[in-house]
Amino acid sequence: MDVQTLLNGLVLGGLYACIAVGFSLVWGVLNIINMLHGSFIILGAYLAFFAHAAFGAHPFLSLPFIAAALFGLGYVIQRGVINRVVSSPVLITLVLTFGLDMILYNAMVLGFSATPRRLALDMGRIDILGATLPLDRIAAMALAVALTAMLFQVLRGSRIGRAIVAVRMDRDAAALMGVRVPQIYAITFGIGACMAGAAGSLMSVVFPFSPAMTGLFLGKAFIVCVIGGLGSVPGALVGGLALGLIESMAGALIGPQEAVLAGFVVMLALLIFKPTGLLGKAGYE
Amino acid sequence: MSAFIGGKNLGLTIVLGVVAVLIALPFIGDNYLVRLATFLCLFSALALGWNFIGGYAGYPSFATAAFYGLGAYVGALLQNAGTPMPLAWLGAGLGCAIFAAALGPTLLRLKGHYFAVGSIAIVEIMRLLASIFADFTGGGMGLNVPILRGGPDFAGMVFLYAMLAVAAAAFLTTLAVDRGRLGFGLRCIQQNEDAANMLGVDVNAYKTAAFVLSAIFCGLAGAIYASWVAYIDPTDVFSILLTLKVPVMVLLGGAGGAYGPLVGVVAFMAMEELIWSNFLELHHGVLGVIIVILVFFLPGGLLKLRWPQILGRFRAGGDAKSEAKAAAE
Repeated sequence: MDVQTLLNGLVLGGLYACIAVGFSLVWGVLNIINMLHGSFIILGAYLAFFAHAAFGAHPFLSLPFIAAALFGLGYVIQRGVINRVVSSPVLITLVLTFGLDMILYNAMVLGFSATPRRLALDMGRIDILGATLPLDRIAAMALAVALTAMLFQVLRGSRIGRAIVAVRMDRDAAALMGVRVPQIYAITFGIGACMAGAAGSLMSVVFPFSPAMTGLFLGKAFIVCVIGGLGSVPGALVGGLALGLIESMAGALIGPQEAVLAGFVVMLALLIFKPTGLLGKAGYE
Repeated sequence: MSAFIGGKNLGLTIVLGVVAVLIALPFIGDNYLVRLATFLCLFSALALGWNFIGGYAGYPSFATAAFYGLGAYVGALLQNAGTPMPLAWLGAGLGCAIFAAALGPTLLRLKGHYFAVGSIAIVEIMRLLASIFADFTGGGMGLNVPILRGGPDFAGMVFLYAMLAVAAAAFLTTLAVDRGRLGFGLRCIQQNEDAANMLGVDVNAYKTAAFVLSAIFCGLAGAIYASWVAYIDPTDVFSILLTLKVPVMVLLGGAGGAYGPLVGVVAFMAMEELIWSNFLELHHGVLGVIIVILVFFLPGGLLKLRWPQILGRFRAGGDAKSEAKAAAE
C-alpha cells in the first residue's frame, strides 16, 4: 500500500467520523436508528452552498451558523414528534424517522432541485512524502476531527454532557438523580443533527452532492457506528478512520464498487461476531 | 384478529369475493386495472411474506427487497438460460428458500436494532453484488428477460393470475401457520424469546422457518415481476424504498394475522393511487406524512380499530372529533 492510498483513507476517515458521530450518539442514548441523519447531512451541505452563493460566505465560516440551525431543527423534531414514540420497538421508531426523512427529502427536492451541486474552493495542493493531497480536503478533514474532539470534550466536561452520558448508562437512575430525560433526549437529537449539518457543510467542499445521496451517507453512518461501537465518540473516530482506510485500500486494490461492498461486509461480520464494535463496550467517556 | 371485522367467515367471504373479481378482471377491465390488480397481488404476497418474520415472530426485518431482488435475478437468469418460465419462477423460490435457510441461523441471532441494521445491510450487499458481477447479471446496465409472446392482453392475464396464485398461496400458508404449531411458537418468540426457549420452543428452527417462508413468497413475487416487466436492474429490485414500504403496509392493516396485511396493502395502494394522481411532485412527502400519522394514530393498524363503535357513531351522526378520538384510542 502506498502513502497516497493511506493518506486518502485517513482524510476520508476523518470526514466519516464526523458524519457518524451524531448518528452514533442518538442511537446510543435514545436507542433510535435515525433515518433522517443522511438528509440532515445533505441539508447542511445545501445551506453551505447557498450561503456561499448568496453571501459569498466561506463554508468554514458559515459552518457554526448551519450547525446551530440544524441543532434547532433536530431539537424541535425530537421534542415535537419523536419523543412521543421514543420507547417504542425499533420497527416503529425506524419507520417514523423514515417517514420524516421522506418529508425532508421531498422538501429538499422541491426547494433545491435534484441537480447535483459542488462547492469548489480550490485552495491548492500539498505534497506529503511523495503523495499529493488537495488542501481543501485536508482542511475539511482537520475541521471534522476538531469538531469530533470538541463533542468529546462537551460530553466529558460539561454539565449537559455528563447528563447525556448518565442517560446513556442508565435512563431510570439518571431520572431519579434529577436529570430531565425528555430534555436530554431532545438536546442529544439536536447535537446529532448539529454534527450532521456541520459534516454536511464540510462535505460540500469535498464531494458533489444532491438529495438523492442521503441514503449513501446514511449507509456510511451505519457502518462507522457498527465498526466503532454505539454511542461513543472515540468509537466513531476509530470506526470512521477504519472505514476510510478500508474503502481507500479496497478501492486501490480492487475497484470503487467493491470498496463500498467491503464496508458493508465488514459491518455485517462485526454485527454477527462482535456487535459491541472494535472498541468493546466502552463509551462512558 | 378477524373478530374485529365481524367473524372469521366474513373475512374469508370478502377475500374469496375479491379473488373472484380478480379472476374475472382480464375479461371485464382495461389494461390499467389489470396492471393495478397485478401490483395489488404482488404487494399482498410481499406483505404476507414479511408478516411471517415481522408480524408473527416480531423480528424487524428489512430484508424483503433482498429476497425479492434475488428472486427476480435468479428467475431472469434461469429464463435467459432457456428454462421455461414457470420452472424459472419455482427455481427462484427455491433459491431464495436456500439463501434464507443458510443466512437465517446467523442473522437471526441478532436482536432489535442490530437485526434491523443487519437486514438492511443484506439488501445493500446484494445490490452491490448484482452491480459488480456485471458479466453475469448485466450490472448497472440491467438485465433483459424474454418477453412473453401472445400480445399485451394475454400477458397481462398470465401475470395477474400468476401473482394471484402466489398471493393466494401466501394467504393459505398464513392461515395454516396461524392455526398450527409454528404460529403458536412464533407468537411465543414474539412475546418473550428467552421464555419460549426455556419452555422447549426450538427458537432457532422456528425463526429460520419463518424467515424461509418469508423468502419463498418474496422470491416468487420477484421472479414473476422480472418476467412481467421484462427488464430488471439492481436499484429497481434491491430497493430500500420497497423494503421499508412493505412493513409500513402491514403495520397499516395490523401485523401478526392473515387479514391485517391484506387490509394494509389495499388501503396503502388506494392512498398511493390517490397521491400519485393528485400530488405527483409531493408524493414522497405525502407518503411520509401518512407514515407519521400511521405511527401516531393507528399503532395497532386499521383492523384494531373498534369499527362497530365508529360506524355506530357515524350512523348516529356523531361528529368527526369523537371519531378521531376513537381512532386515536
